[in-house]
Order: sequence, then C-alpha cells, then structure tokens
Amino acid sequence: MNGFTGNEIIHQYLRHNKKFPHVLCPGCGHGIVLGTLIRSIHSLELPKDDVVIVAGIGCSGRLAVYVDFNTVHTTHGRALTFATGIKMANPKLKVIAIMGDGDALSIGGNHLIHAARRNIGITALILNNSIYGMTGGQSSPATPEGAMTMTNPFGQLDKAFDTVELARGAGANYVARGTVFHVKKLEKVLTDAIGRPGFSIVEAITPCHTQFGRKNKYKTPVDMYKWLKSSAMDVERYNELPEDKRAGRMPIGVFVQRDREGFEELYYQRQAKFLEKVAKGGK
Amino acid sequence: MARRKKRKEIFALGNEAVVEGALLAGCTFFGGYPITPSSEIMEIMAARLPKIEDGVFIQLEDEIASMGAVIGASLAGRKVLTATSGPGFSLKQENLGYAIMAETPLVLVNVMRGGPSTGLPTCPAQGDVQQARWGTHGDHPIIVLSASNVQECLDMTVTAFNMAEKYRTPVILLLDEVTAHTREKIEIPNSGEYEVFSRTVPSMPPEWYKPYEETVRGVPPMPPLGSGYRFHTTGLTHDRNGFPTQRPEEVEELVERLHRKIDQFFYDIQLVDTVMTEDADIVVIAYGSVARSAELAVQQARENGIKAGLLKLKTLFPYPRRQQEKVMATAKTLVVPEMNMGQISREVKRVNTGRASVRTINRIDGQIVTPSEILKVIMQG
Repeated sequence: MNGFTGNEIIHQYLRHNKKFPHVLCPGCGHGIVLGTLIRSIHSLELPKDDVVIVAGIGCSGRLAVYVDFNTVHTTHGRALTFATGIKMANPKLKVIAIMGDGDALSIGGNHLIHAARRNIGITALILNNSIYGMTGGQSSPATPEGAMTMTNPFGQLDKAFDTVELARGAGANYVARGTVFHVKKLEKVLTDAIGRPGFSIVEAITPCHTQFGRKNKYKTPVDMYKWLKSSAMDVERYNELPEDKRAGRMPIGVFVQRDREGFEELYYQRQAKFLEKVAKGGK
Repeated sequence: MARRKKRKEIFALGNEAVVEGALLAGCTFFGGYPITPSSEIMEIMAARLPKIEDGVFIQLEDEIASMGAVIGASLAGRKVLTATSGPGFSLKQENLGYAIMAETPLVLVNVMRGGPSTGLPTCPAQGDVQQARWGTHGDHPIIVLSASNVQECLDMTVTAFNMAEKYRTPVILLLDEVTAHTREKIEIPNSGEYEVFSRTVPSMPPEWYKPYEETVRGVPPMPPLGSGYRFHTTGLTHDRNGFPTQRPEEVEELVERLHRKIDQFFYDIQLVDTVMTEDADIVVIAYGSVARSAELAVQQARENGIKAGLLKLKTLFPYPRRQQEKVMATAKTLVVPEMNMGQISREVKRVNTGRASVRTINRIDGQIVTPSEILKVIMQG
C-alpha cells in the first residue's frame, strides 16, 4: 500500500473526467477542508446522487468542480439563495453551501442571516482565510483589526466579523468552528452539522499565506499552521480563561446546538395538513 | 366528436391572469420579493401554490435571493416563476446572466414602472425594454415577451414557460402597469387545450451524459439535480462537460451555441399580431397597453379613409425584424408610440434603414398614450 490512509476514499469522490491539477496554491488550507468534507459525507453514508454542493465565488467556490456530486458554482455571495431553491424544490437532497468569508459575510451577509433565521435545512461551510484571495488580497469582513492587506495601507481599521456570534444571533440551529490544523475536530463538527436538520454553520479557519500571510509576518504555510496551532483552543477551555488572557486566542468547537425542524420540513408538513383539509371539503 | 368543454370565465387582473397562465403551464415554484405594481402575482401565488401537490411558495429576503432561489429550484427540476418591477429587475440582472449561461429555464415577469431609480412606483411606463435586452453583461440572446390585455397576460405566460423549457433559457415577460392592473373578463382554457412543453431530460445512461453537448436543436437535455446525472453547473464559460474553460475554441463554441439555439427558431419565437396591415400606408408599431390605444386609433383612421394598420409586438426580443419588413412593403410611414424615450423605436429604425419615415410618440410622464394622440400623428401622415 502507499501508506496514505484515506486515499481510497478521496479517489471515490473525485471527478475522473475533470482536468487536474486544481487551482489552489501549494500550502492552501482549502484542500484540507474539501478532504474533510468528503470524509464527513462518506462517514454519513450519503449516496452521491443525494448530495448537492453549492459554492460561491473565489478560491473556495472552485472546490465544487473537483468532486463527483451534483455541483453548482453560483454567483458571488449567492450560494445560499440557490441552495434555498434547491432544498425547497427537493427536500430529500442534502444541500451543502461552500462559501468564503467574503462570500458569506460581506456580499452574502443578508442571505446568511436570513437562511439562519429561516432555519432551512442547509449546511453552510464557511472557509475563512481572512482575505480576498482570488482577487489579489484585499480586505475581507473577516480580516483582523490591524492586519495589512492590499486595500489597507494603514492596517485594517474596522473590526472583523465574528461568524459564530453573527450566526448565533441570527438563529442558526447549529454553529461550530474548526481549523485545518485540527482536522479530526473539524471533521467531527462537519459530520455533526451535515447530519442534523435545520440550518447549520461550520466555520473552517484556513490559511492563505499567499495573500494574507506574506503581508502579516507569516511568510510560509508552516508559519500559518503554527499560528493556528498556537491560537486555537477548545471553546470550553476558552470560556474558563479570564478576560485579559483571551486576546489572540480563538475558540473552536461547538457553540450553538438546537434541534428545531428545518423550514422545508415545516412547509411540507403544513401543506400536507392543508391539503388534507381541502380534500375533506374544508376551506 | 365530443363537444368542447366550455371554458371557465373569470373577471381578473392582468397580474392574476399571469398566475393562471403559470399554473396552467405547470409552474410549481414561486420565489419572490414584494414590489408594486407586481405584488399581486406574488400574493395570489402564495394562496394558490400550497394547494397544489409539491407546490412551493417562498418569500425571500430580497430580489437577488428570489432570483437565486428560482434558479436553484429550476436546476432541481421545477418550472419556476418570479415577478418584480423596475428596481427589483435591476437587482436580478446578475443572476439572470447566470441563468442564461447555465441554461436554466425560468420565467421572470417584470411589471414596468417609471424610472430611473425608484421612479414612479404605480404609474404606467415602458422604460425597461432595453434593460430587458441588455441589463446583464456580455453577449447573449434573450427572449422578451409582452402582453397588451388581460387574456394575453395568461396566454403569453404559458408561451413564456413553453419557450423557457424548450430553449433552456430565462424568458422575460414585460407588462406595463395598465395591463397588470386592468380587470377584464378572461377565459381560462381547459387543461390539455394549450400545448404545454417541458424540458427534455436525458435518455442515455448517466455515464454517457455530457451536460452541454451539441444537439440538433442546440439545446442539451437537462436532468434534475439528484436524478443520477451528476455534473457541474457554473456561470463561468464552460466546456461540454460543464467544467470551466478559457480555451478560445471552447469559449467560442459555447457562446455561439447559446445564440444559435435561439436564432434558428425565430419563426417560433417572434410573435406579432397584425391589424389591417396588408394594404396599409401607415403602420403603427406598438406593444403592451399602448397597442390597445393604437388599435382604436387605427380603426378611427380607417373610418376617416386613411389606410392605417397595426403591427402589435408580442415578442420584443429577438426583435421581429422580418415581420416589420413585411409591413414596410406597403407602408411609407411607421408610427411608434411608447411610454419611454424611444426604446423600441431604436429597433424599428435599425430595421428600417431609411426606407420608410419613422415617427415616434413618447410619453415619460407616467401617463398612458391615448388613442387620440396616436390618431393625431396618423392624420398628419
């Protein structure tokens, strides 16, 4: 054997007729997230035909093209809107929306909060690398305060969005955060999210050394992974830390766990009741 | 032979007739966001769709989301409708371009209101004609239909769905406020009376299927998501497998096919009605509610001994060039009344190339074009 465990799983899910190689930079974390997603889907034993991957625009948006599911590469920021239509049209499908931080939090911010409020049965997988990668390294709503980007000659002035707090406030059923350094944990929360009813959000922190690291003292991919290793900590431990020790630390794990029925389930249930009433001659 | 079942008659708004037409055509999905003067379409859909098995109505957070949702639902196999008005139409443009590129059937009704910007919310206007044609970026064909009375709102909605499914493309139905908010008696055809077309699904095994392969009609078959045909859908220029490409020959092939699948069916797509054009010296070219004013003006002109005729455009784009050329065989004057600064008269002049004289009547004050206004111009010759 070649010594790589899990290789066979990946091969089952890659598109044999797609021209490789992929568009991602060496050292990019996006491939790790995609591998994690495939293992999650595999462990849930979901048939390929039942899975729809809807992606937005940017580096993360390109992931959909490589995997052998029903895949839809949408317009910038609108992945969740397409996903909503797909899920409502055919609730049997398992719909996963892959988005970048710009996709999900900036141009698609309104769709994110409303998908969460509506609690529609979609898993939003947000690949957060704190930067607009494909367009050349401009600030994103997840760029940390003070970080250097192409559009911030003085360092980022405004504060970064906290995806978890945003999702919690908007009413998402399930909210978790992981990193590509803590792959097993990421896989666990992602599997959990996909397996649940209602709207779930998983934020995957993934490094972009090309556009973000280079300008912010993380020159190599290794520097960035070391940063993930040193800054991320379990949310339970994080919550026990005194306020002054929290600076620079990033909690990971499960933040919100509710079990409300998905919007599409409620819709079809209510419709069935209504039709039954009509059949009986009611109004 | 069995006697034909009598058609049901109702007293309906133009917007209501759109809903009747959509349901007749097999629409089971509506996604939208309220905006006057199109809101009744959404409200009536909200009441009607849940009564159909698997009928889905959803009110989205904005116009962009509405457009995304109907595209998603169409990809999942539904016949879909969304409705909007001026500013909402502008917001839908990016995803409209996506639907053209990804060859997604859908029907978009735009009840026009005056503009620019929020403009005249409930006043009649026809200011979105060129937006419908060129609102989204890039080179692409588009089908734009219109209706001039309530019965036509129903008929043209059915036609819009049929064309969307037949040619795998979004179809825009442009109404003006007068047509949308006029209440008239209309006949609802019995089911089976109208031809209803649904998209072709692939018949080959999934492993043979290429989502954007060349076909005789130029329209590839389209399976619903989740039916075993797994492929990639994208707004990027793609090859026959659906994967992004920038190879010049593949880019050219795709864009050319997108055009050809519409171009070679002009006879099916370009719909017009003619009134007394056979011997007409003066032909009025009009669409929407203005065509009704024009029809009366033409009749009055005939009573005054003037050989006037009407070319009513039911398809605005692809522009019915041949039909205009036909009336120009006798007509020395073309009169183009419209509720804008001259968005269809541009097309008329483009086809005319100096052969006849073209006179325009333009109203941009939120008022209708009256028969007497048109008659006055006809009488001037």
